[in-house]
Amino acid sequence: MPKEILDSKDIKRVIRRIAHEIIEKNKGIENLCLVGIQIGGVILAQRLASQIESIEGGKIGVGALDITLYRDDINIKKEQPVVKTTDILFSITDKTVVLVDDVLFTGRSIRAAMDALIDFGRPAYIQLAVLIDRGHRELPIRADYAGKNIPTSLNERIDVYLDKENKEDKVVLISKR
Amino acid sequence: MFKSKNLLGIKDLTPNEINFILDTASGFKDVLARDIKKVPPLRGKTVVNLFFEPSTRTRTSFTLAGKRLSADVVNFSVNTSSVVKGETLKDTALTIQSLGADFIVIRHASSGVPHFLSKILNISIINAGDGANEHPTQALLDLFTIRSHKKKINGLTVAIIGDIAHSRVAKSNIYGLTKLGAKVRVICPPTLMPAGIDKLGVDVFHSIEQGIKNADVIMTLRLQLERQVKGFLPSLEEYFKLYGLTAERLKLARDNAIVMHPGPMNRGVEIDSEVADGPQSVILEQVTNGIAVRMAVLYILAGVRR
Repeated sequence: MPKEILDSKDIKRVIRRIAHEIIEKNKGIENLCLVGIQIGGVILAQRLASQIESIEGGKIGVGALDITLYRDDINIKKEQPVVKTTDILFSITDKTVVLVDDVLFTGRSIRAAMDALIDFGRPAYIQLAVLIDRGHRELPIRADYAGKNIPTSLNERIDVYLDKENKEDKVVLISKR
Repeated sequence: MFKSKNLLGIKDLTPNEINFILDTASGFKDVLARDIKKVPPLRGKTVVNLFFEPSTRTRTSFTLAGKRLSADVVNFSVNTSSVVKGETLKDTALTIQSLGADFIVIRHASSGVPHFLSKILNISIINAGDGANEHPTQALLDLFTIRSHKKKINGLTVAIIGDIAHSRVAKSNIYGLTKLGAKVRVICPPTLMPAGIDKLGVDVFHSIEQGIKNADVIMTLRLQLERQVKGFLPSLEEYFKLYGLTAERLKLARDNAIVMHPGPMNRGVEIDSEVADGPQSVILEQVTNGIAVRMAVLYILAGVRR
């Protein structure tokens, strides 16, 4: 049975909190940009950005990063991955880039994302923001900002639903049998 | 999605598989627009170009495609290899496999050579042109170019002009275009029309004026002068007079029609320079798109489970 862990109000609060944390840690939004990892991180990055902008005023860059070509499991996956678009319309060199993803799990996506990002320039700092940290890391990677830590078993799956209107957002835990 | 580890021809592909390659190629076109045009997915893989016929653009395009995916690319040049010492095709192919290649990109004057190799080797075989049979990556890059201009393939009228009988480009394009729902017309002198072409679901024209009327896409083919095509024609001047694509004739097509050519061009034979260099020509874009499409093919085949 799917179990709802966060509802739309919870998610709103989490995003607000992470936005404040990002501003606090970086002492403002100067030199700051957000890059969401396709697909789950992109909407989240946009939400975070508008939250940050409404707190601080001003504009920050938001991009989308596809990591398909940087993955290490091309020969392991059953289905062939679809290459998605990368859309970073600003220079990331000397910027503080906050990578944004929905779920932090093994850390392999984040490793791939850092490699992909560095092909676009040399950021001054890379930080990581995630909505859910579910554990089971296989690489030495941690989140700078985590919405919620949810201990899971490997038989479980976490699905994050974020829609554009912000109405039916939810995070559910599903056990695979 | 993709089941085969080989790309032997468009004939074997489903419309979904063709669209999957084209969608993947869009992602790679973005990569080619970046400052750093290299991505890592084929790191540690080896691509061997085995060309038994001359080629500059296809071979260079495959070489760049492989390198931009971080594969090692080796060009096996037939003139300076043991082929001239009498080694058989089979032995050459087995040797390349034993050297540790993961892909062989093959071009050969005989139809069916890639299919033969795919039966005796375990590694991926990509057909880069076999005789008068198929040239699948050329058709894929043509489809990609058409789709990026017209936003669709289904319902378009595409006129293919030239040496249909000897053209593997024409054949692969006919398969691909009809599978994706385009209406295909072929235009050529009766001597260059292969028997049974109408069975492929195309309309046959012997008059260029009738054939290109209201076409959305005009594909001119190279007269393959090295294949003794001259015997089928009175003279090249006469061919240009009757079948050459001129600015005057181009006016008969739709206003926003695009003009394509797989290269290398015989200017003043199948196409007038004014058209080749004109605003409706997408010929150089085809070349650029070729790298993205070949990257997509290599990437997809590398992901097929053995």
